[in-house]
Amino acid sequence: MARKIGEVILDLRHISLSFGGVKALTDISFDVREHEIRAIIGPNGAGKSSMLNVINGVYRPQQGEIIFQGEHRKDMDTHAAAAAGIARTFQNIALFKGMTVLDNLMTGRNLKMRCNFLQHALWWGPAQREELEHRRKVEEIIDFLEIEHIRKTPVGRLPYGLQKRVELGRALAAEPKMLLLDEPMAGMNVEEKQDMCRFILDVNDQFGTTIVLIEHDMGVVMDISDRVVVLDYGRKIADGTPDEVKNDPEVIAAYLGTQH
Amino acid sequence: MIYRETGQFKTSYAADQQIFPIRQDRIGIAILLAFAFVVVPLTAGNYWFNAILIPFLIFSLAALGLNILTGYAGQLSLGSAAFMAVGAYAAYNFQVRIEGMPVLLSFILAGLTAAGVGILFGLPSLRIKGFYLAVATLAAQFFIVWCLTKFPYLSNYSASGVISVPNVEILGYTFDTPQSRYLLVLSIVSLMALLAKNMVRSSTGRAWMAVRDMDVAAEVIGIRLMRTKLLAFAISSFYCGVAGALYAFCYLGSVEPDGFSLDLSFKILFMIIVGGVGSILGSFLGAAFILLVPIFLDIVLPWLSELLHLPVDSATVSHMQLMVFGELIMFFLIVEPHGLARLWQIGKEKLRLWPFPH
Repeated sequence: MARKIGEVILDLRHISLSFGGVKALTDISFDVREHEIRAIIGPNGAGKSSMLNVINGVYRPQQGEIIFQGEHRKDMDTHAAAAAGIARTFQNIALFKGMTVLDNLMTGRNLKMRCNFLQHALWWGPAQREELEHRRKVEEIIDFLEIEHIRKTPVGRLPYGLQKRVELGRALAAEPKMLLLDEPMAGMNVEEKQDMCRFILDVNDQFGTTIVLIEHDMGVVMDISDRVVVLDYGRKIADGTPDEVKNDPEVIAAYLGTQH
Repeated sequence: MIYRETGQFKTSYAADQQIFPIRQDRIGIAILLAFAFVVVPLTAGNYWFNAILIPFLIFSLAALGLNILTGYAGQLSLGSAAFMAVGAYAAYNFQVRIEGMPVLLSFILAGLTAAGVGILFGLPSLRIKGFYLAVATLAAQFFIVWCLTKFPYLSNYSASGVISVPNVEILGYTFDTPQSRYLLVLSIVSLMALLAKNMVRSSTGRAWMAVRDMDVAAEVIGIRLMRTKLLAFAISSFYCGVAGALYAFCYLGSVEPDGFSLDLSFKILFMIIVGGVGSILGSFLGAAFILLVPIFLDIVLPWLSELLHLPVDSATVSHMQLMVFGELIMFFLIVEPHGLARLWQIGKEKLRLWPFPH
């Protein structure tokens, strides 16, 4: 199955974000094309997570413009981002600990559910029909991620690797156009990383989801991403294919230091 | 051996999403309901109805209300007694001021009034969390009780704000016996518990729990925090309001604002902590524990002192009662911080495997 990388779906122009006097991002511009896997890399504190937070509206940049699917915005808000089809996972797992895997995934579809609380209270009728319809979708994702055996387990009891997978599932449950993954492989062993890579590639391939990925494992980044943007101290220092980025002197300097 | 789900296969998602997926549970709850609706009214005496069963059901409802807010939506509140007061006084006013007002309708309107007041006092939850929110809800507690004492209009100009409610009458039938009042309360509480269960197992409840467990992630999914929190406040207060109306109309008959003090709010909070935060069953177990254990100790302690030939006067017995009660609460919290509902769940899991260890 050949993936076809399409037009630009997300275009970030001159984004600057600061917290008081601390400049987190300075004049960053890059774009993401439809169906591609776009990696954001950089040393710790480079502003990678802030960048994701700007894309889905957790942070509001002071300057710049965000164009998602042709719609120009000064900044995003979380609800608008979710409604437009942007889903994400977090660096430190942000699952709903007290709920089961199934409920976590069902919550991911919250925006697609139309019934109100009165219909829910009465249950029989529209609420149940809606619930079953969404359950079917969620079960497809459970199958896809191979987590059938834990669907009724509270996520707080699951090991770390599985929690990461469930979090990916919760994001996928929303059937997003664009998926933001913040270090999906942090803290995993080699087998778990392989599994996660496989899932990311499959999501990209089968669902055609555009993926923006932050990752520290350079092997993984160079292997699976189509294009890479490199940040350092809140500035963009390189942008291009993995090969171009790998040999960029500024990138090497940022990672390895320079000789003075 | 008896309690296990082996062989009960679910072939549809509908079957898997039942409230009680295991057959033995369904039989159990059916027996319990039949017992409560048929056997109890035929056999129990007036003391049981007036002093134990009716208050137990009413406090279960109030605890259920608080559990929706605190247990499911994660918003700590110390104002439940005040919302009960709103319900009681609202129901009274609707009854007194509107000629021919059906009593059930006035209960519902009382719930809605409490819901409105709940939303108002829930507004601080949009900015503050946890203990700070609890302190903010204290404002509701003091303000509402003050209001009911201060404005005689609210108690129809009766002395010191005491209201005496008329007998409950529905379609010409007067609920004047303890038995009939018990059945009325039981029906309302069972129905509302079912509605609450339905809400918490659908996306309304999932949104509440999402906000409770990780509000940033909930927001990113597209859950609107403000709407979700205020809905929890509204529905919680609705439940407390109806409980308050029942408290006045079916239990005490006459209430005063000071009856809905901070003590009562704490009592309801203890019920859900002991019973199980975030559990419908826990609300009932907690209410039973907090109400019944003191009564039980009242009976057992003098009997025990007689048995051991220890001369104990009644003052000591009541001290003892408080001490034992306090110790029991601590004991349960240490043994199982998630409350009686979790103990029950663990017991069921053990029973599923019994007599084999694995």
